[in-house]
Amino acid sequence: MTLDGELAKRMYSDMWRIRLFEEEANRQTGLGNVVGTLHLYCGEEAVGVGICAHLRDDDYILGTHRSHGHCLAKGALMDDMMAELFGKETGTCSGKGGSMHVADLSKNILGANGIVAGGIGPATGTAMATKIRGTHQVSVCFFGDGAAARGPFHEGILMGSLWKLPVVYVCENNGYQQWVRRENVAVVDSVATMAASYGIPGVSVDGQNIVEVYEAAEEAIDRARRGEGPTLIEARTYRYFGHSLGDREEYRTREEVDEWRNNRDPINIFRGYMSERQWLTEREDEEIQAAAKEDVAAAVKFADESAYPPLEAAHTDVLDTEWRVDA
Amino acid sequence: MSTLTIRDALHDAIHEEMERDESVFVIGEDVVAHGGPYTVTEGIAERFPDRIFETPIAEAGIVGVGVGAAMAGMRPVVEIMYLDFITCAMDEVVNQAAKMRYMTGGQASVPLVIRLPCGLGRYIAAQHSQIMESWFMHVPGLQVVVPSTPKDAKGLLKTAVRSPDPVLFFEYKRIYTAEGEVPDEEYLIPFGEAETKREGEDVTVVAVGPMVGKALKAGVILEDDGYDIEVVDPRTLSPLDTETIRASVGKTGRAVICEEDSSFAGTGAEIAAMIAENCFKDLQAPVVRVGMPHVPMPFAPPLADSVVPQVDSVVDAVRRVMA
Ligand SMILES: Cc1ncc(C[n+]2csc(CCOP(=O)(O)OP(=O)(O)O)c2C)c(N)n1
Ligand SMILES: [Mg+2]
Repeated sequence: MTLDGELAKRMYSDMWRIRLFEEEANRQTGLGNVVGTLHLYCGEEAVGVGICAHLRDDDYILGTHRSHGHCLAKGALMDDMMAELFGKETGTCSGKGGSMHVADLSKNILGANGIVAGGIGPATGTAMATKIRGTHQVSVCFFGDGAAARGPFHEGILMGSLWKLPVVYVCENNGYQQWVRRENVAVVDSVATMAASYGIPGVSVDGQNIVEVYEAAEEAIDRARRGEGPTLIEARTYRYFGHSLGDREEYRTREEVDEWRNNRDPINIFRGYMSERQWLTEREDEEIQAAAKEDVAAAVKFADESAYPPLEAAHTDVLDTEWRVDA
Repeated sequence: MSTLTIRDALHDAIHEEMERDESVFVIGEDVVAHGGPYTVTEGIAERFPDRIFETPIAEAGIVGVGVGAAMAGMRPVVEIMYLDFITCAMDEVVNQAAKMRYMTGGQASVPLVIRLPCGLGRYIAAQHSQIMESWFMHVPGLQVVVPSTPKDAKGLLKTAVRSPDPVLFFEYKRIYTAEGEVPDEEYLIPFGEAETKREGEDVTVVAVGPMVGKALKAGVILEDDGYDIEVVDPRTLSPLDTETIRASVGKTGRAVICEEDSSFAGTGAEIAAMIAENCFKDLQAPVVRVGMPHVPMPFAPPLADSVVPQVDSVVDAVRRVMA
């Protein structure tokens, strides 16, 4: 799919929707409406949006603790997601998952995941399921650079490659693993180089440049859909907020954050790209932002007005209690 | 009826379920080359070559793949070569498979079966002989199944494959070759339904897995003492059929709980507590547990044999509660 003005506008709008959703979610923690923790995606929007732009509705995505952006990019409803963050019964998971477990199975969004690298094996498994059925669906697994240290990264990608499964492994390398700089705990700079161990292509792209992400994603997703096996994409990116709520951020400087925010912001970069091609007027830009803002406000209203789940909900959905064997 | 071993009953269950449902597939180490170490999956590669996956030695990957495939509507039957190795995939079992339905508010179903050859077999010491039912009983969202006869093995495994939620299926190595009658026609055994394997009046013996056979033998010996024991086989430890156990203890007023695993914080502890909470007034003697001492499995055969509860252990325990 060539990137044209229409598609670019949709992607640009998705980036804004994620940016504003995240900023608002953060604000709602200050108001006490969102409790627990949040891992915000601001700064990394180009990755989720650039990848998901190529996905069919029936393709699968699996994510991480930092997956609000992935879910929105794959089409989860903002209302339901905000309600989930509020812990309300109208949430994507009826208030039983929260920020780290947002999932919408009706859109094959199999879920954020609170365990670093926890989605890699399961994403390989959804790919196996679709390969057995011959449906040419693609599975995408998002994970952070921290996940590349864990065993399931190795085991999952090994099997994905062994059986040439239709899966794309997307590493969002933001240079930090919680409060630790990647270089303090990693021995290779680029996660993409690790692909060589599994005999699959490894590509490193500038995750702030959505066009680069989009192009790499196209090749990887097409390859997977053709049955030629997985690709490991590394997107170099950066998170603007702390790792999660209450991060004192002593491990990085204000200047470093400002440098990325001011000079490497994925939304600004894409705006520049679109303006150069006359794909975006100032008016359209304003409209896109205003619409995203409205959607976010509506989502907050929806979440706010929704009820908490009834207390008996704590006791359901452990097992399917309706199920009986036809003995 | 046909006479089958547990191994053959399991083998037949998998074949029949694969025949019936195209979404069933087998995945595990050496499952093609050797049919697994206990040859349970022998012949599947010839019959269903596209639905059996022989994996690298990567337990976390195997179970992880199983979880994802199950969430995408398949019915994976995972074999973990030895139960002991499931510890390498604890995240996939406990954080992923078990919690998916709950965390997604009921959207996700993980119809995953994990087969786990367990317990003392040949003498292969502490890392190849464990039993860990109670670990998984403790995790909401998992079902723990422990057959003791070929008939139960087949019926329970077929049910496990059809279950919409994850199942940990414990196969005791020492009883793979135990024979028994198996119906020729199709049958399923529901979870959460204990079977009383012997009726009796004096003592309720709740026995798990291979302890069922040992308890039945003990029952014959104890007849000479004039004691008539009732042997209840829970068959599934989670869900647990507390009703059958309670009714039996209500009748006998005495309970002995037998498992091959360590008693400490084990299956028997849960059942004993349940009996104490529900049958206190019926009890005429303290509940007694029979199990392994709280040690890893030793290697030397005399040591290993000394820690695994035997027929005599059941006999002694019954005499104690009758004294
Ligand atoms: C197995 C596991 N270990 C530790 C954690 C705690 N934890 C959550 S996120 C995180 C850092 C992850 O870093 P990375 O994978 O690079 O993702 P990022 O947060 O940078 O997006 C850690 C240590 C966890 N959730 N799971
Ligand atoms: Mg990181």
